[in-house]
Amino acid sequence: MGSSCYSPSPSSSHLLVTDFFSRGFKSSKLPFLQKRRFDRSQRASKICGYYGLRTPPYKLDALEPYMSLKTLEMHWGGHHRNYVEVLNKQLEKNDILYGFTMDELVKVTYNNGNPLPEFNNAAQVWNHDFFWESMQPGGGDMPKLGVLQQIEKDFGSFTNFREKFVEAALTLFGSGWVWLVLKKEERRLAVIKTSNGICPLVWDDIPIISLDMWEHAYYLDYKNDKGKYVNVFMNHLVSWNAAMARMARAEAFVNLGEPKIPIA
Amino acid sequence: MAFRPLLSRTLGLTQTLTHSHTQTQLRGLQTFSLPDLSYDYGALEPAISGEIMQLHHQKHHQAYITNYNKALEQLEDAVAKGDSSSVVKLQSAIKFNGGGHINHSIFWKNLTPVSEGGGEPPHGSLGWAIDTHFGSMEALVQKISAEGAALQGSGWVWLGLDKESKKLVVDTTANQDPLVTKGANLVPLLGIDVWEHAYYLQYKNVRPDYLKNIWKVINWKYASQVYEKECP
Repeated sequence: MGSSCYSPSPSSSHLLVTDFFSRGFKSSKLPFLQKRRFDRSQRASKICGYYGLRTPPYKLDALEPYMSLKTLEMHWGGHHRNYVEVLNKQLEKNDILYGFTMDELVKVTYNNGNPLPEFNNAAQVWNHDFFWESMQPGGGDMPKLGVLQQIEKDFGSFTNFREKFVEAALTLFGSGWVWLVLKKEERRLAVIKTSNGICPLVWDDIPIISLDMWEHAYYLDYKNDKGKYVNVFMNHLVSWNAAMARMARAEAFVNLGEPKIPIA
Repeated sequence: MAFRPLLSRTLGLTQTLTHSHTQTQLRGLQTFSLPDLSYDYGALEPAISGEIMQLHHQKHHQAYITNYNKALEQLEDAVAKGDSSSVVKLQSAIKFNGGGHINHSIFWKNLTPVSEGGGEPPHGSLGWAIDTHFGSMEALVQKISAEGAALQGSGWVWLGLDKESKKLVVDTTANQDPLVTKGANLVPLLGIDVWEHAYYLQYKNVRPDYLKNIWKVINWKYASQVYEKECP
């Protein structure tokens, strides 16, 4: 996410290195590494504190007629871009918050429930990146294979899940988001709603799908008709392909059943 | 414009009426209805478009009223049955929808067409109080606009009066929380809706422009009336 340039090293080797240093091992053979402040969150070989605006994985008019070009231009080009710019401006003045990936920045600025001023912008940048990727032209329909199985296991049926998701969207007070997440501890899928810019990452849950219920997301196309917007999203926009990819990745962190090679 | 009463009393009879004469109850459940505007939807142009005014009044405010009435009915049921968990569960819906009704009812009175004095600064005691507390009208407008623009998500920005200390305050509330949730002694004089539905169709994401232009149709006469009632 963002433009912090690094190539993620597999977490296992990362743990080894930090263990290495936490044991106070000092070696003359590694003067280069000793000089660097090494904590788990700094993975970038080049310190990048600024983030870029990611484009959605489709042209801005590709979601017509369900989400208009005008909305995409306004929502992505106006709101999302604004969050990125304000975030970068805030980070300019901040010495401590650099070198993070977007995920990490969100968690760090959440500050365990006492969010720093950067949190709102960081979280909203992340949320919108995730949202664009949660949709696709020709989306909707039903998930297949692993995702469908897990949904049926955790909700009883896809219809039941859909009902819960729509209900959550329609009973959200104020601005916020609706999510399908994989809960790490409970090892099951759940539908949750969050206010303003809060993102389930801060609770260590793994988001699978999201829907923006801020008014700016649907007002130009649907005015106050939230119900229509949500149904259109479920029927024509939601990207179950993206959900499958995310589930597959999530299974590396959450053991959903018998250990097996995940087949998306 | 014809004025419909804000409240209309409807009587609800319990179902037990038919079965047990000893349990006859006549409940007076107030239901709320949409207050009329004292101006046409298009009368606030170009500050606020007629399209927004119509949607805002007929759809959004009406929805809050409908859901508020529904929640109150459910609450009454739950109270009668002694169903405490339902009573508690309904609180958020009542706060949200009831707050929405309260806030919007004030909002319509806070606005008036230019031809009716919209935008004219307050004279009399309120004008004097503003100058005392904030230095000048411009400073107050600046402060309210800045706080309104900075509000994250949905909410309202208020000019209120603390009726105990007789001081003017500028404050914000989230979602549909009425001003009293910020202080039991606070009386709202002026509220500006900064939910996106209040300006999006016209100003898109440029909330500061909305806040700059709305001052042209603010009804200071109403605010003065409320102020003078509390501070005679």
